[in-house]
Amino acid sequence: MRAIVTVIGRDQVGIIAAVCALLSEKNVNVLDISQTVLQEYFTMIMLVDASQATVPFARLREDLAEAGKERGLDVRVQREDIFDAMHRI
Amino acid sequence: MINTNDILQTIQMIDHQHLDIRTITMGISLLDCCDPDPHAACRKIYDKITTSAEKLVKTGEDIEAEFGIPIVNKRISVTPIALVAGASRTTDYVPFAAAMDKAAKAVGVNFIGGFSALVQKGMTEGDKKLIAAIPEALAVTDVVCSSVNVGSTKAGINMDAVALMGRTIKSAAERTADRGGFGCAKLVVFCNAVEDNPFMAGAFHGVGEAERVINVGVSGPGVVHHALQSVKGQPFDVVAETIKKTAFQVTRMGQLVAREASARLGVPFGIVDLSLAPTPAVGDSVARILEEMGLEVCGAHGTTAALALLNDAVKKGGVMASSSVGGLSGAFIPVSEDEGMIAAAQSGALTLDKLEAMTCVCSVGLDMIAVPGDTSAATLSAIIADEAAIGMVNQKTTAVRIIPAPGKQVGDIVEFGGLLGSAPVMPCHTGSAEEFVARGGRIPAPMHSLKN
Repeated sequence: MRAIVTVIGRDQVGIIAAVCALLSEKNVNVLDISQTVLQEYFTMIMLVDASQATVPFARLREDLAEAGKERGLDVRVQREDIFDAMHRI
Repeated sequence: MINTNDILQTIQMIDHQHLDIRTITMGISLLDCCDPDPHAACRKIYDKITTSAEKLVKTGEDIEAEFGIPIVNKRISVTPIALVAGASRTTDYVPFAAAMDKAAKAVGVNFIGGFSALVQKGMTEGDKKLIAAIPEALAVTDVVCSSVNVGSTKAGINMDAVALMGRTIKSAAERTADRGGFGCAKLVVFCNAVEDNPFMAGAFHGVGEAERVINVGVSGPGVVHHALQSVKGQPFDVVAETIKKTAFQVTRMGQLVAREASARLGVPFGIVDLSLAPTPAVGDSVARILEEMGLEVCGAHGTTAALALLNDAVKKGGVMASSSVGGLSGAFIPVSEDEGMIAAAQSGALTLDKLEAMTCVCSVGLDMIAVPGDTSAATLSAIIADEAAIGMVNQKTTAVRIIPAPGKQVGDIVEFGGLLGSAPVMPCHTGSAEEFVARGGRIPAPMHSLKN
């Protein structure tokens, strides 16, 4: 199952490393990454494959949100389908 | 990969503009629950609902977690109970409502609709017993919703039923006087009721429907409002186009969730109902959309035209997004559930007469309106008759959900809490309609009903 991970918050050292480490720990494969920094605001969007994940999707979502909270970041994971449905005809 | 801006736009819509799936409603046929013994019938109803909808709430929560989109309500609609209970040897239909209430609570849904009767042309014995039971049923249950269809473009308006419903609303209010007449917030009187509406309080599972079906209601007044803020001062063609595009996106999301829920539950997908359904939260108001189009306040001259454009553009965007758009699809204008409508009504800018005009072009009708507690049953019936006439002649669904709030006067506020909000008590005309309502009989169907 492909999903989109979004990380939004104040830029700081080690954001990508922290999120990637957590994803790797749960056996979630990163397929693509794009990131921008707009007025100190960091936005990273990752396309991941969660089909081989070692934890259920809901748990992955909680863990990512928790890890983000520690750093003052808003981290979420949502299935890719929702963005496809809303933005592609 | 999908464009970054698109992804961020979706997240913005969910986080800041109240985009949500308003309801996943499972329709369940109870036609096979008929039994001469009312106790057996109630048992069958309870069993059928609890087995059919066992996984509904859990499935909704799972989808919510995976897609990151809030699914606010999980609900059930059933076959109009008058049709099911009609087979039982009993005069008291309240136990049927109790069985629905118990089953709904057992599976964890927040409303169950279908304590209903379809009497647009005439009333069966079962219909009469059901309507007689409504005030008590709504008082002793918590999550049961009731509706009665009193007219249609094909059949005309059953004025005996209209008269009866005025009295029924009055007694439902009195029976729940300790809660501001809350019973009336769960009672809708329809003309041209639809069989696949997922929204409460008017949802029921029509007899033309399958054994079970999943209908999804999506909402998003905040999203439309936000989109319109970016086209300030531009011509109406641009306004319509902007609403259409937004409605398209919202409906696509609804369609995705509906198909997913249907697949996981093994229940056929019915329809997506894209209705701009406001909530009392700031930023989730239909009135504010109308004001964004350039009106100082909702209720000002121009409001009906603004609403007509909104309602139509929402439908057009929705139709493009899903081949199964149904239900009521359009814009709801429930006063107590809309922060902007409440403010407009309180300031006196929005009156019952203007609301009646707005119902000619919105998706349903006079919704969640509180009137003084001493309003007579005949006046309530006359309001229903006016509204049904609009629906009958314009071949659209209209409804009345009105609360004659016990002990309240114009200017008071009735608090219902939650999504039902708070209703400012609005004045209605005082001229008597006693003799008009007392005539009874039927208002014949209009000329254009004869299409065959």
